[in-house]
Formats: sequence, structure tokens, C-alpha cells
Amino acid sequence: MPTSSELKDRIQAALPGADVAVEDLTGGGDHFRAEVVSDRFDGLTRIQQHKLVYDVFGAEIGGPIHALSIKTSTPGGAQ
Amino acid sequence: MTNDEIRGFIDNAIQENQVMLFMKGTPHEPACGFSARTAGALNALGVQYAALDILPDPRIREELSGLSGWPTIPQLFVKGELVGGSDIVMEMFESGELAGLLGVEQPEEPAEAPQPEPARQRIGLENNLTD
Repeated sequence: MPTSSELKDRIQAALPGADVAVEDLTGGGDHFRAEVVSDRFDGLTRIQQHKLVYDVFGAEIGGPIHALSIKTSTPGGAQ
Repeated sequence: MTNDEIRGFIDNAIQENQVMLFMKGTPHEPACGFSARTAGALNALGVQYAALDILPDPRIREELSGLSGWPTIPQLFVKGELVGGSDIVMEMFESGELAGLLGVEQPEEPAEAPQPEPARQRIGLENNLTD
């Protein structure tokens, strides 16, 4: 079962320098919320930003990770 | 139906419906909180949209995600383009961007958690699948 710290580590590994917070919404290890602040999101649409985070987990989304709610932003605060 | 036919049906639905929502359950009876919130935002804006329940056949979701590159449900398309899932749609609803994209007025007091109501238009892939 994935844990929020495991998800956080994997997002940080994929997006070096990102500020990542992951919360296990139900405590059941399957519904998570990730808030990710990274300069990699600069100039990307929201769709592209969220895809960067989803791509870290590939087919695990919808499988072991039933739901991953995402909020992305850049260090400047812009979307 | 073959997978190719399902993908073709989905592709058509995206192209032919200005506002197309793929969800779990229906706007009247959503089967998931994320789908309920997304349908609720569209209802709160009073736009006409088509909704398709992905649950009747697992291949619908597989083909949809293959087509869109987006792993989760719901998925909202406007004018043939993926807008996002529930997080993006709710952010855009709250900021007024979604109203702008859909060309409608932002409600004066947007509801915190809009209640889903029946969509005015539905298409029935599920019926085709049972043939």
C-alpha cells in the first residue's frame, strides 16, 4: 500500500527541487492529495502540469492509488 | 463492440458535443464525489452538456484515457479539447475561468459544493454495449 511519504519522495525525485506536500485523505492509502510547487511548471498549462505529476505514477493511478488529487503552482505563485 | 468502435464513439462524442463530460455515474446519480463535483459545477453554470457514464464497461475508461492521455475520471472536454479532471475544473469554476471558457455568466454566489442536477442531454454508449 502506498504511503504519503512514498508518494512525496517519488514526486520530488521526478521533479528535483519541487516543494511537495502529500496528504492521505482517508488514511486508507488509496486517496491522496498532492500539492506541488515547482519551477518546472513554468509556462505549462494546468493540464500539462498535472500530467507531469500523474506521469510519476503511471498505471498505478486508478490501480493501487485510487485517486490522486493534484494542485500545482510555480514558486512565483502563478498557475 | 470492439475496442476500436468504443474509441471511435468516444472520439465522436468529444468532437460533436461542445461540452462533453466523461464521469462515473450520471449527472443525476453520480457514482463518485469527484464526478459529482464536476457535474455540479457545470450545473451551477447552467450550461448544456453531454455526459457519458464510463462505468458500464471498463474498456470505455481504457480507451478514453488512451485517447486523452489523462489517467483519471472525470474528464471534461470543451470544443474538443481536454480541460481537465475535477481538480482543474473546480479551480477554474471558483476563479470564474470556467464560466469564461464556456461563455456564460459566473453565478453571483457560486455554491461551495454545487448539487448535481440532471443534464439536459445524454448519450447512451451503455445501451450500445449491451447489444
